[in-house]
Amino acid sequence: MMAAGYKRPESLQKRITGYCPGCMHGQVNKLIAELLDEFGLREKTIGVLPIGCGTLSMMNFNFDLVIATHGRAPAVATGVKRSAPDRFVFTYQGDGDLAAIGLSEIMHCANRGENVTVIFVNNSIYGMTGGQLAPTTLVGQKSTTTVQGRNPKEVGYPMKMCELISQLQAPRYVVRRALDSVPNVIQAKQALKKAFQNQLDGKGFSFVELLSNCPTNWGLSQSESLEWMRANTMKYFPIGDFRNEEAAL
Amino acid sequence: MEKLFMKGNEAIAEAAVRAGCRFFAGYPITPQNEIPEYLSRRLPEVGGAFVQAESEISAINMVYGSAATGTLAMTSSSGPGISLKSEGISSLAGAQLPAVIVNVMRDGPGTGAIQAAQADYLQATRASGHGGFRMIVFAPASVQEAVDLTVKAFECAARDSNPSLVLLDGCIGAMMEPVILPPLKKTERLRYAGAGAKCLNPSGKDVMVVTSTLVRPDFQEVLNKQAAEMYDRWGREDVMAEEYQMEDAEYVVAAYGTSARTAKTAIRELRNEGVRVGLIRPITLYPFPSGAFARLDPHKVKFIMNTEMSIPAQMIDDVRLAVSNRIRVETCCCSGGIMMTNEDVSEALKNLLSQCKEGVE
Repeated sequence: MMAAGYKRPESLQKRITGYCPGCMHGQVNKLIAELLDEFGLREKTIGVLPIGCGTLSMMNFNFDLVIATHGRAPAVATGVKRSAPDRFVFTYQGDGDLAAIGLSEIMHCANRGENVTVIFVNNSIYGMTGGQLAPTTLVGQKSTTTVQGRNPKEVGYPMKMCELISQLQAPRYVVRRALDSVPNVIQAKQALKKAFQNQLDGKGFSFVELLSNCPTNWGLSQSESLEWMRANTMKYFPIGDFRNEEAAL
Repeated sequence: MEKLFMKGNEAIAEAAVRAGCRFFAGYPITPQNEIPEYLSRRLPEVGGAFVQAESEISAINMVYGSAATGTLAMTSSSGPGISLKSEGISSLAGAQLPAVIVNVMRDGPGTGAIQAAQADYLQATRASGHGGFRMIVFAPASVQEAVDLTVKAFECAARDSNPSLVLLDGCIGAMMEPVILPPLKKTERLRYAGAGAKCLNPSGKDVMVVTSTLVRPDFQEVLNKQAAEMYDRWGREDVMAEEYQMEDAEYVVAAYGTSARTAKTAIRELRNEGVRVGLIRPITLYPFPSGAFARLDPHKVKFIMNTEMSIPAQMIDDVRLAVSNRIRVETCCCSGGIMMTNEDVSEALKNLLSQCKEGVE
């Protein structure tokens, strides 16, 4: 009898996700769950979830979770990791959560070099609340609070979080990947794997930004949204390694 | 038992460690800075962790994370910082996590003055955050009582899986007095906290979800009803108050914390002059010792003088509710940084006494 080549990770519950059709959050959930299974970490893991679409992951993940208030996941993760250093701790945050209301928490968690992994899903919009302007909304991109498109004269330019965080000395691994294509999803998984390994090795703070889509609030089909990502998001937010100490050695 | 001479803030910090606290996160604010300073040195000695957070908001959320792992955790601040922490305090209550919050009060509103005051009674007892939760609020009047009530605050927090609050004015935090400390409690990370977690994730048998985010309103109602029952239980079992010279009292001072100490001196002086005055000192501000006031005989007690370091008076609302207009309630108040003297309290009492006599004539 052949062994199953592919099966649902134990770190995922047997449940249909609550995410909109075409949204890549489910993909990110799956990558995390696969890696936790591969590392044998499911029973050691505490995931810290945000407020926003990411909160819905609490119905998908099959390991211990702590749900933070809006933007505070890096502070909550700090408390978790400092009190339970034997646990594997990651945060899962969107762009409104991490780059707007939680900007202070993420910068200081990174600056302390907390030995946690931050997974930043950037889809350039507030999804859960219905498509308002995010700190990462692109210039000209429409939102429900900027119906003519983002005007930098009024609201400034999209914030590049990898570039900001990589100015700090403590973080060990700061990279950006995209979820627009199969090769890039594989690259994203490899980056997450590296970030997880860093924590297991006690190396300190790792930050993986994953460029994603929001078909519902962008008003596009899934394939159109991925095309739009390639034509716009990935041009403004370049994929790459902003801090990778091993690579530099 | 060894008797030590300690400052209130430091005594609270040491009492916390001895009660099993193994995590503290805080942010500098006057007049409570000795608490984080002390714990930054002390917690690593007992295998605990200290983090100076980048903000009050971050500090309370670190406490939330630590508490989620089953660790007894604490944060401290003063009024302006407690306001910032209120989001996290509400989340602790919503997620049913134990933690102790210490508020060393200064004056307000706003940034106010940094001197000692009792400006946060309403915030502490009514709404230390959104959503309609409650905390047991302990109000010490001496350094020894600050130690004892800090220990009790941890016991209640752990018992109830709910935050509890130690509310003291800056005087108690800054003064030095002799104290006897409890022995160091052996502690271990107990369990994953968050009693509400199990009903949230029925399909995951071995996982816990610690959250105040509820996806179904019927879950919320179940949890809120449980909380309401707990608050009722506190009212039956956890109320603490001191009654001083109350046996034959015709005039009653209601005061807590430092105000009660000042009032006691005034009461002793007036007793020497033959005035039958007594004191009811709430030690738990929530649950409020309403019974002590409700029991007063309106035919015997002429008035209650609510004495607070707050203008306008705040505890007076609870006193009035407890006596249901059966007894006249007056106030003697001072604002932050201006310490009430025993002469101030005596004079206020004497003014009320003369008004009473005029009324009789």
